[in-house]
Amino acid sequence: MKEFFHMGGYGFYVWLSYGIAAVVLISNIILPVYQRKSMLNKLAKKIKRAEQLK
Amino acid sequence: MTPTRKKRVFLISIMVVGIAIATSFALKAFNENLMFFFSVTDVKAGKSPAKKAFRLGGMVVDGSFKRKEKSLAAYFDLTDNESVITVYYNGILPDLFREGQGIVSKGHLREDGIFEAEEVLAKHDENYMPPEVADSMKAKKQALK
Amino acid sequence: MMKFIHKTASPPYFYHLSGLWIPWLGMITLLLLMAGLYGGLIYAPTDYQQGESYRIIYIHVPAAWMSLFIYIAMAGAGAIGLIWRIKLAETVAVCSAPIGAGFTLLALVTGSLWGKPMWGAWWVWDARLTAELLLLFLYLGVMSLYVAIPDKRVASRAVALLALVGVVNIPIIHYSVEWWNTLHQGPTVTKFDKPSIDLRMLVPLLIMAVAFKVYYVWSLFLRVRVELLERERNSQWVKELLKQNKESQA
Repeated sequence: MKEFFHMGGYGFYVWLSYGIAAVVLISNIILPVYQRKSMLNKLAKKIKRAEQLK
Repeated sequence: MTPTRKKRVFLISIMVVGIAIATSFALKAFNENLMFFFSVTDVKAGKSPAKKAFRLGGMVVDGSFKRKEKSLAAYFDLTDNESVITVYYNGILPDLFREGQGIVSKGHLREDGIFEAEEVLAKHDENYMPPEVADSMKAKKQALK
Repeated sequence: MMKFIHKTASPPYFYHLSGLWIPWLGMITLLLLMAGLYGGLIYAPTDYQQGESYRIIYIHVPAAWMSLFIYIAMAGAGAIGLIWRIKLAETVAVCSAPIGAGFTLLALVTGSLWGKPMWGAWWVWDARLTAELLLLFLYLGVMSLYVAIPDKRVASRAVALLALVGVVNIPIIHYSVEWWNTLHQGPTVTKFDKPSIDLRMLVPLLIMAVAFKVYYVWSLFLRVRVELLERERNSQWVKELLKQNKESQA
């Protein structure tokens, strides 16, 4: 197991690469999910306001 | 397709082709500058800059690596299978540096014809295989000889 | 045929359809990634020259392929948007840019992390690396140009033109290692003769490549949905969608 993380002395380079890949890939999923939620909320509020004005 | 769409397709293709042609001319003009390194034959033919530093690429000749005792200073020969040049380097070599390996080195040509390097980068090839496969391939090659 | 395209490409229909696809795309991506990571990190043998450090290939190469693939997809969608003025094509082009930029950045950073121990340098200005950096700037240019123009339909056209101009960079990146002397080595998998990589190393690489492709579609659909809502916020279908949401919450 220790050997696996050591990667023959290249652990730093290999795991940093995989770590950065995880960050980039996950953020490109989380970001649009979050944006869609806030967009729906924003639009719902707008409609509510429009209805109150009537 | 309607005529307006045909016109759009036409305009876009003209644009892309035009840019492609312009770029290819630009690349042709800068061709020499886009070369990351000079080959050994280029240097022997006097194509490399005389006073300025430049990069030299080639394969380290088997059995040519000699290190001065108790120092990092080393001499080795580089070849591109046509010409050979001797390189002097005083510094730490990258992990991949070994005889028979391709390298790219930055430095200048001394008056005595030796290339004095300030930086040595290893160039790895596009082959990937486990050690046992590499060993068996080597054995096969030797058997053919 | 055209009728089918127009139906599928209509924003409300696509919004609905992509909503059904997204969970499946996510699941397939995760399964493929798990298989690819297991193959790349555990199953694949050590390299005879580079030892374990070569395992960066399983991120670096698929990411670099995606950076080119997404650019072509973006320019293609942009061209379709320019010619037929299909809203969905415009949206696909725009939403591809941040995903492509992510993969380009990933290719550059992992390449740097691979270059330091193997070549002995984090970065060199050779043709391959410089052209890939230019690709990152093209993506960033597309993204900022789109944000800079308030009218989104005009912005889409400007973006499509910029993307099409940048297409010339794609063959330059691909052939740079053959046209010029570079520090970067030549292609391993995409050359005409047999790939010069052991089969046990190649299979995980191809799995990762497919995983990244499906991931792109997944991430793209998520982004397109947001963009469609934003662009169509005053249309009837968005209003109805919001009404339905409200009813389901109540």
